[in-house]
Amino acid sequence: MAKDVQPLNLYTKSVGVKVLLSLFSGFMLLLIVGPLLWLAIHAFATEWLFPSYKPKGWTLDWFRKVFEVPTLVDAMKTSLIISPIVVLLSAVICLPAAYASARYNYWGRKSFLIIMFASNAFPKIGLFATIATLYYFLNLMGTLVGVIIIQVLGTIIFMTWIPAAAFAAVPKSLEEAARDAGAGKFRVFRTITLKMAMPGILVAMVMSFIYAFDEAQGTFLIGAPTIYTMPTAMYAIVETYPIQVTAVFSILLTIPSVLLIGLARKHIIGGQLAEGFQIK
Amino acid sequence: MANQSGEGLELVGLRKILGGRVIIDDLNLVVNKGEMVSLLGPSGCGKTTTLRMIAGFLIPESGKVFLAGKDVTEIGPEKRPSAMVFQNYALWPHMTVFKNVAYPLKVRKMSKSEIEKRVHDVLEMVNLMHHKDSRPAQISGGEQQRVALARALVQEPDILLLDEPLSNLDAKLRVKVREDIRELQRRLGITTVIVTHDQDEALSISDRIAVMNEGRIEQFSTPQELYDAPQTEYVANFIGSLNRVTGSFENGAISAGSDVIGIRPEDVFFSKNQIPGSVAATVTLVVPRGHFYEVYLKRNDAELRAFVSSEVPKAGDAGFANITKALIYRDGKLVRTA
Repeated sequence: MAKDVQPLNLYTKSVGVKVLLSLFSGFMLLLIVGPLLWLAIHAFATEWLFPSYKPKGWTLDWFRKVFEVPTLVDAMKTSLIISPIVVLLSAVICLPAAYASARYNYWGRKSFLIIMFASNAFPKIGLFATIATLYYFLNLMGTLVGVIIIQVLGTIIFMTWIPAAAFAAVPKSLEEAARDAGAGKFRVFRTITLKMAMPGILVAMVMSFIYAFDEAQGTFLIGAPTIYTMPTAMYAIVETYPIQVTAVFSILLTIPSVLLIGLARKHIIGGQLAEGFQIK
Repeated sequence: MANQSGEGLELVGLRKILGGRVIIDDLNLVVNKGEMVSLLGPSGCGKTTTLRMIAGFLIPESGKVFLAGKDVTEIGPEKRPSAMVFQNYALWPHMTVFKNVAYPLKVRKMSKSEIEKRVHDVLEMVNLMHHKDSRPAQISGGEQQRVALARALVQEPDILLLDEPLSNLDAKLRVKVREDIRELQRRLGITTVIVTHDQDEALSISDRIAVMNEGRIEQFSTPQELYDAPQTEYVANFIGSLNRVTGSFENGAISAGSDVIGIRPEDVFFSKNQIPGSVAATVTLVVPRGHFYEVYLKRNDAELRAFVSSEVPKAGDAGFANITKALIYRDGKLVRTA
């Protein structure tokens, strides 16, 4: 019987169990944080070889070195240019679709939303290979446009599903009230619907950016050997440069994502927009 | 088509079908300028649909809507000279109270100083100046209601539309707010249509009431007329309390018959002494109702309820009951009062 079930008591007085639990959580922490720490140390170490338990010395030389290699600097530039373009393009294409699926019940609406998922359910490499054959035909292999299209494809799922939910959450009466107040349809969308759906759209944009910035598979297949972004340049770095350069590059690759998540967090969770969603 | 209402509101032969069902059929209504009219009826009677056709959110299948003397049937809500207060207030949560109220004026491209002045005036009027920088989520339900009203009034509309404006307020506040609304409406002389399912609300604030049933207007008259001479059995049942007896009414007594006799409980009097027209009765039950008592009487011709406020009898008392007024209906229509 349900009454007889006691809640699991995780509080224990046994020292042995406590020590075991502590060891276990320490081990888990090591698994997660360990590699990151190892990476960070390597980025600033002159040399760190087994069996030494600490690096020989500290230096910023590896950072200087990364910025001295033209191909790596080019990869950084390409990444920083492509990713925002991908996000904006994806927004321009997907937001109207998201709005339509949230507000109108048209024929094929459900299938449209499910197909969005399907494109992400299949192994991506198969999709990319097929697109590559099409690209040869269209002369898009090794072009910026080709890479941008490949990356936009992957962001579509974020840019339709999340904003569609955000648009659907805006009560219709709020739009009607704006119409009643004298605003035309476009003004209502701009000042009411879009404003209220903004937190959801921001989340979708951040996720799309992180995806685009990190996308390597399709970008490598389409872009190499003419176009390298930061993740695809990694393939070359791992093979040709000392481990410290890889570490530095990994850290550089994380910075935009971490910054964006931090910014979006402040806007979405702490912002007035979040408060706005508590409709009485 | 001729428009009789002058500057008020006129609905001519409105018909609306929603989801394959006829919601409104051949509805006609004339509201005079400066008049406050209630659309009263149970849920599903089509009162909100009617209001939404006046506001422009629904386009009728046939018929015409005239606002302030102009045919607006085909015109969108943003171009109509009406302003609506929504049932859930529909305040924009991402804007402050001030910005909510200023929005209609901003849309009309008024100068900043003009907007400032008019918003201040209207917020002053609804007593909300201290909340002008608050957000809707930070103020109470009653205050939100006043913001919604201010947002409608700031547009200086020819017609003010209120969709169940008091249904989300608690009982005490409801009475106060409805008096405030009535006072403001009178002062501004603004033509107003209010949708409600609450007969008390309709009776206390309207100049005239349109009682609606299944997409039609059953009766459109003043609250007093509606109460004293409900033209149909439906209206008599809906407005106020009613003893409903089948039979034939003659000289204060009920005999066998097929008419429906409607008797207001306040028109039934119980007394220890026999007077002309009274019939022997016993008290079966006395229920306190606050400022009056509901007394259940058993006469040999019918069982009746009476409202008594002084000299309250006790259950089991024997005496006489007389009926001072009865409404007699045949086929649902009022045929005479006795």
